[in-house]
Amino acid sequence: MLPRQPARGGGRRAVARGGAAAGGGPWRGRSGAREASSLATAVAPGPRVSSMASAPTSKYNSHSLENESIKRTSRDGVNWDLSEAVPRLPGETRITDKEVIYICPFNGPIKGRVYITNYRLYLRSLETDSALILDVPLGVISRIEKMGGATSRGENSYGLDITCKDMRNLRFALKQEGHSRRDMFEILTRYAFPLAHSLPIFAFLNEEKFNVDGWTVYNPVEEYRRQGLPNHHWRITFINKCYELCDTYPALLVVPYRASDDDLRRVATFRSRNRIPVLSWIHPENKTVIVRCSQPLVGMSGKRNKDDEKYLDVIRETNRQISKLTIYDARPNVNAVANKATGGGYESDDAYHNAELFFLDIHNIHVMRESLKKVKDIVYPNVEESHWLSSLESTHWLEHIKLVLTGAIQVADRVSSGKSSVLVHCSDGWDRTAQLTSLAMLMLDSFYRSIEGFEILVQKEWISFGHKFASRIGHGDKNHADADRSPIFLQFIDCVWQMSKQFPTAFEFNERFLITILDHLYSCRFGTFLYNCESAREKQKVTERTVSLWSLINSNKDKFKNPFYTKEINRVLYPVASMRHLELWVNYYIRWNPRIKQQQPNPVEQRYVELLALRDEYIQRLEELQLASSAKLPDPSTSPAGPSQMMPHVRTHF
Amino acid sequence: MLGKGVVGGGGGTKAPKPSFVSYVRPEEIHANEKEVTEKEVTLHLLPGEQLLCEASTVLKYVQEDSCQRGIYGKLVCTDFKIAFLGDDESALDNDEAQFKNKVIGENDITLHCVDQIYGVFDEKKKPLFGQLKKYPEKLIIHCKDLRVFHFGLRYTKEEEVKRIVSGIIHHTQAPKLLKRLFLFSYAAAAQNNTATDPKNHTVMFDTLKDWCWELERTKGNVKYKAVSVNEGYKVCVRLPAYFVVPISLPEEDVLRFQGHGIPIWCWSCHNGCALLKMSALPKEQDDGSLQIQKSFLDGIYKTIHRPPYEIVKTEDLSTNFLSLQDIQTAYSKFKQLFLIDNSTEFWDTDIKWFSLLENSSWLDIIRRCLKKAIEIAECLEAQNMNVLLLEENASDLCCLISSLVQVMMDPHCRTRVGFQSLVQKEWIMGGHCFLDRCNHLRQSDKEEHQRQLSLPLTQSKSSPKRGFFREETDHLIKNLLGKRISKLINSSDELQDNFREFYDSWHSKPTDYHGLLLPHIEGPEIKVWAQRYLRWIPEAQILGGGRVATMSKLLEMMEEVERLQEKIEERHHSQGALPAEGPSLLRSSARLSSLFPFALLQRHSSKPVLPTSGWKALGDEDDLAKREDEFVDLGDV
Repeated sequence: MLPRQPARGGGRRAVARGGAAAGGGPWRGRSGAREASSLATAVAPGPRVSSMASAPTSKYNSHSLENESIKRTSRDGVNWDLSEAVPRLPGETRITDKEVIYICPFNGPIKGRVYITNYRLYLRSLETDSALILDVPLGVISRIEKMGGATSRGENSYGLDITCKDMRNLRFALKQEGHSRRDMFEILTRYAFPLAHSLPIFAFLNEEKFNVDGWTVYNPVEEYRRQGLPNHHWRITFINKCYELCDTYPALLVVPYRASDDDLRRVATFRSRNRIPVLSWIHPENKTVIVRCSQPLVGMSGKRNKDDEKYLDVIRETNRQISKLTIYDARPNVNAVANKATGGGYESDDAYHNAELFFLDIHNIHVMRESLKKVKDIVYPNVEESHWLSSLESTHWLEHIKLVLTGAIQVADRVSSGKSSVLVHCSDGWDRTAQLTSLAMLMLDSFYRSIEGFEILVQKEWISFGHKFASRIGHGDKNHADADRSPIFLQFIDCVWQMSKQFPTAFEFNERFLITILDHLYSCRFGTFLYNCESAREKQKVTERTVSLWSLINSNKDKFKNPFYTKEINRVLYPVASMRHLELWVNYYIRWNPRIKQQQPNPVEQRYVELLALRDEYIQRLEELQLASSAKLPDPSTSPAGPSQMMPHVRTHF
Repeated sequence: MLGKGVVGGGGGTKAPKPSFVSYVRPEEIHANEKEVTEKEVTLHLLPGEQLLCEASTVLKYVQEDSCQRGIYGKLVCTDFKIAFLGDDESALDNDEAQFKNKVIGENDITLHCVDQIYGVFDEKKKPLFGQLKKYPEKLIIHCKDLRVFHFGLRYTKEEEVKRIVSGIIHHTQAPKLLKRLFLFSYAAAAQNNTATDPKNHTVMFDTLKDWCWELERTKGNVKYKAVSVNEGYKVCVRLPAYFVVPISLPEEDVLRFQGHGIPIWCWSCHNGCALLKMSALPKEQDDGSLQIQKSFLDGIYKTIHRPPYEIVKTEDLSTNFLSLQDIQTAYSKFKQLFLIDNSTEFWDTDIKWFSLLENSSWLDIIRRCLKKAIEIAECLEAQNMNVLLLEENASDLCCLISSLVQVMMDPHCRTRVGFQSLVQKEWIMGGHCFLDRCNHLRQSDKEEHQRQLSLPLTQSKSSPKRGFFREETDHLIKNLLGKRISKLINSSDELQDNFREFYDSWHSKPTDYHGLLLPHIEGPEIKVWAQRYLRWIPEAQILGGGRVATMSKLLEMMEEVERLQEKIEERHHSQGALPAEGPSLLRSSARLSSLFPFALLQRHSSKPVLPTSGWKALGDEDDLAKREDEFVDLGDV
């Protein structure tokens, strides 16, 4: 851990200059107003002209969101070198540091020192007129490539190009002499892709402590009880206690009262990966339900299963409606048909008389992955200028968002109107199905629009029901081209953002909350999104050995609160799934571009927060005045408040 | 106040009771109609307004639900408006009534607001002009404010159809004499209401005093003077009676070319730099005249190039910028995107929305206007240069650019009164030819006269509410107007660099909302001004959502703070009793729709709107779409 001598000397000078340039602030200096809402922000220095050098550029510096948890590991006290100070989590260890040229796509090459730990890559500019800081968790790295060879000419053509999962690339130029590139490549590969090197994911090394335990946020029994379950028609079953019925489902399931455990076992044989229809949500009044599952194993021959048919009818009857059960198959019709070839399929009219099937035309994970790639092409590093709108359209990203939202609106409307219960599936019921059920629940149940409610929703519909986070994100895995990867959860969060944009007072959380979730979807700092299903998580003792993301958020909730939030019970939110209202989420997808950066917070919000503070101050003052006057009436001499406290400018706390 | 005329009381002319029928075919409505007891519906006429023609039993279709619903009533045409009588406006709750337009009702279309009239003949929609041989079964009126009305005439008596249709066509399409415009009969009949509070009224710039006041306000009076050389329009009818020129400019110069070639002051920046405009000298062929013009201009430039005047940068808007034709073409395409006849049309266009928007070029034009204004602000603010805008008559793009620059640079222009005064100064007194550009007299169908020049400017504005205008507008300028770029086909690299540096450095600093404001002009930041353009489209409304949700929370909070403030005040004056709580402006904010306060009556159902059109082909991704989710292909890089 001892810093090398030459580096230290150079570093100290750089900091002295950098400190002056940043208005005296050390690397942590920043101003609240323009604080970025991101975990790791490429810092844009002011325009690189001398007149700007003295400007307080430090306000663009943003580092990790959680400076509180950063510990400056003080060594012997004598050798303490400020320039070596990189944010350090408990459990985070330093691996190496190197002088590099960071090729900033917005401001050109910047000389800096990069520090690599087992958790992050941290770069600080060594140039006086730039206060640039990069703070990138290694978990976001998708791919590391060497650029340039021994014969490379031209400035900065030799180095590393790092592709990140969060819509950016990082390029570093290194000296050809020595083995600095090879060293950096190997170290980064090792710690960014620990699985390939039999190393633990950082979440298992993280020793952060928070004053709340995020793992206790979601308790399935409590959540079902909140929904009024079990009741006469629905029971909680422990048939999957040891994941023997379905290894990708949670241990605890809610099923129709009238279906026995044997029935469930027989139904499981007819559903892809045994993912049987189970309850996700029940309407508190009309008792219609949202049920989720995987596709039936119909196959080319059009197999039928009496138990499955009967089971669906039992579900239909739970709300005592005579109407048919509505089945929403998330896939496009043709895909559902094509799935028969591989043994899957959909519920046909002949077999399921009391059900009505609709296809929602949402495309598969591959289409979504390619669509997001196209979004990156038009926003990074440069935002497509001349044909922005048609370029955006050609990515289809917002069209996919529109279809997912439209599907969820249909599910919510069916249930809210009491027309019928709804069964949702796609192929395996862990991607599109999770999107649809969770979005519909968000529309129907205002509880999920609170911070803890949303955490429960994610924990329940996504994590416990086996959305394959490990495969879709590729935590610690070096295979960047794995066809299993897909931004399904990001797409869900984008839909939530679109809803929060359309209903700015309906959500307790703010944009920063959503961005923080996405940042830690990749960061590997928390155990929340690790592994594909509950059984795997249990095997790895994730809740014992890692920290939950919700610990971080819930111990600092104020940061993630939307000041405009107005709690409304029983209000169904229907967003308008029209391109006229859908927007590209600029603050997420284009956040690395300093030119596009939006005002944070926006002026209306800022004003509102000021007014809130003013109101609280006035209320307090009024109370003081009331106390003072009521105390004065019986016996003025014993009044605790002196006459000066009657003056408006005095703010004394009682 | 406004007078109320009542029409429709007399024998036999009673309008049918407003009947609100859901999901019933028109035939059924018709069958029931005679049984209902008739109720008097009144037409409100302004002073001086005259009823011209009317027709009964007209069915006004409710736009949502594919025109399946309708309300029976009477369609009338006056010399001011087309009005439909039959809606039950008592359904408005208090909040809504508060925001109702007091002059133009929900079913009123002023004659000047009519953009295009269509008739439906055997299910086919055709534009209507002039004399008709055949009368349509349905009348569709597209308004300039983007409302769309459908009137069914199938159950109207034939002669009434003829009268109302030809009446409407005549009064909205035939050329008009200026003196026949309604405002003259209104002004003659209505009492003159003059502004009450002189401190807080719009500066009209029709007196020398107003100009002097403006010079003083901007501290331009050191180098510029107000002149009355054009009093009584002796020199030029185009120019206002009073205007401002450089102090050292001899007044005779104004006379030389009837005000052409004269630098006219628009506004002074805090550093003393000024924004000036100049109309070009008449185009001359012969050398002699050109020589005279040249020496005249040399003299002018000498005057304004010499100290105390800063270096002048000339910005020729006639050659280096958008043409009026570009703007007109773009707006015609753009507005069509919002004149939606029915739900099917809405969803059909939804899927290609972004490319339709792009094809209209409107947002690109907005962006170029904003960019030009930022460039000029940069010259004034950062380079300490005067800027002279040059245009043929200095009354179109000059108005646009100069007022945009002032909105960005002068916080006064972002107050309600300040903005009104700005419009008065730059557009009304600036001689913008509203009559031609809006074709108020319908001189011809030649589109070239009609230009929507003031629209780019008003993209930055919204309805003022309770003295809240400043904050609101500041925000809007950042976020609505603050959105517009295309190919930067402009000037030199150096200029581009200056612009970039100025723009980037401003955007990298915390914003002072009472100082210079620069809009964002990157592609993703330039969005459609939803509250104007989408306000009448029921499919586009977000129930209980939209920007109004936060704005009304803010207003509520302001009221609460004010109330608390009052309470504290009262405590200090030891008046024991607390005042009763004042009525809140918006009690039911959560239920307002995103279209508030425009489309008040359109929020009947709480049903979600669902897209009806399907999926567009993915093109090159088709093979991906066919793949299975769990397909593993490690070779794909």
